[in-house]
Amino acid sequence: MIISVASGKGGTGKTLVATSLALSIADEGVQILDCDVEEPNAHLLLNPNFESSEPVEVLVPQVDDDKCNYCGKCSEVCVYHSIAVMKERVLLFPELCHGCGACSYLCPEKAITEVGRQIGVVESGHANGIDFVHGKINVGEAMVPPVIRKVKDKINSKSIAIIDVPPGTSCPVVEAVRGSDYCILVTEPTPFGKNDLELAVQVMKQMNIPCGVIINRAGSNDKSVEGYCARENIPVLMKILLSTDIAKLYSKGIPLVDGMPEYRQVFRHLYDDIKKAVAVEKSR
Amino acid sequence: MKELVILSGKGGTGKTTIAASFAALAKDKVLSDCDVDAADLHLLLKPDSKITNEFWAGQTAVIDADKCTECGLCQDLCRFDAIHDYKVDPVACEGCCFCKNVCGEDAITMQENMSGHWYVSGTKYGPMVHAKLGIAQENSGRLVTVVRQNAKEKAEDSGLELIISDGPPGIGCPVISSLSGATAALIVTEPSLSGMHDLDRIIGVCSHFGIPAMVCINKYDINEENTATIEKYCADKNIEVIAKIPFDNAAIQALIEQKTLVEHSNGALAKQVTALWNNLSERLMQS
Repeated sequence: MIISVASGKGGTGKTLVATSLALSIADEGVQILDCDVEEPNAHLLLNPNFESSEPVEVLVPQVDDDKCNYCGKCSEVCVYHSIAVMKERVLLFPELCHGCGACSYLCPEKAITEVGRQIGVVESGHANGIDFVHGKINVGEAMVPPVIRKVKDKINSKSIAIIDVPPGTSCPVVEAVRGSDYCILVTEPTPFGKNDLELAVQVMKQMNIPCGVIINRAGSNDKSVEGYCARENIPVLMKILLSTDIAKLYSKGIPLVDGMPEYRQVFRHLYDDIKKAVAVEKSR
Repeated sequence: MKELVILSGKGGTGKTTIAASFAALAKDKVLSDCDVDAADLHLLLKPDSKITNEFWAGQTAVIDADKCTECGLCQDLCRFDAIHDYKVDPVACEGCCFCKNVCGEDAITMQENMSGHWYVSGTKYGPMVHAKLGIAQENSGRLVTVVRQNAKEKAEDSGLELIISDGPPGIGCPVISSLSGATAALIVTEPSLSGMHDLDRIIGVCSHFGIPAMVCINKYDINEENTATIEKYCADKNIEVIAKIPFDNAAIQALIEQKTLVEHSNGALAKQVTALWNNLSERLMQS
């Protein structure tokens, strides 16, 4: 089973939820995959021993000047403008290349080969009986989805895979949640939390992924998130009260269920609820 | 023309809360919201009289089943795993046109994507350019570029010398689009291990693109030891910590009432954010 933890708005507690859920059900065989490859944080709470590190490469073109006759076909087929052909020179802009492969395949002179360009790294290891994987994009690189895909290649279908999703609603989120059996949406009871939750729910609906909500920093007088969930028939799976003690634990990199062990049971129930929801969904 | 962009690396550190307060405090400026896939600034600034523009970007392949002979070449060649059973998954398709270019039956056409909207609006604090990326759409970086270009045009047309941009979290495509060519970046961080880790990466992006950065430590009293570590880190990198703001429930209350901090009260928090703006605007004028 693949459970992703997403939010729309950043800083609502995705990593707190993903790590605490993983620790609470570690005895069932859990894998955590941190797909927030721009700013991965799960390792700061779980302190894994990293055992392997693999580069993430995207394929970019390399032109053999001896074979190239500057016909311009490669530039014509590249929608990303990463190749420009001058009179007797080919200019490459590898940071714009999506690695689609069209230029090398369609070159009439077979003058283009593809070579790997490293844009990030995937590291794997173990933490407290949990299989740990995360990706890190190199600073200055823009193209996030290939790094996320490489992290997700590590999904072990025999484990419960928990995916820590980046914030937002665009391509990195889509790439991270694709294929999930269930998505937990973490929000906070503020106008920002509600606005971004609505966007995240629309993403899940479009992708046909069942979802439920965790309200973090609950207890304020803003009930609009709960009202929205009731109207849209989205289950509120859990509430975590606003507490400076929880914020302090997080600031030190201590997982919630280690600092406040009473939450372990709550997260186990969360997992049971999700398991039931997924079973209902599958039987449809 | 000066352009300040507010970033953080880690989400939820207070970028929008601070940007909205600057909107209330700064004179003669244009506001822009560069967080196009989860925009929130409009909730506090309540823009009106919108001029709405469509944002067209990228393409999606469509297979004409009548022409398709199911040879499977497009499926084999697609690097984005976007074609299954001779149908295109529009979410996975990156619009590269490779399939269209190789199809022997001419069965594939490309459809332009309407990927969102962008707006030029008025607020009680001045003009605002903002956007809404379509759900699960690509090209957020290009939409950010459109927002920034139009904020600049608006400023030039109105004779305004300052743009204040609320940026997205992370360090990827939309962040790079928000940052390149800006006068300075204000990085809002928090003293958690995550905040510190992410600060280091966003500072790396700023220096990669040669943009001067200043740091504001929000909720600094949640962990004063970590705050001291951030101050030392910044000193070593020659980056100014321009403000330290304590945790204050007034920030949450102001947000719930959908007001900027300085409108909500003139308490301690509002005073600190005002002092932050005064210092920051001085630095901007010097740069």
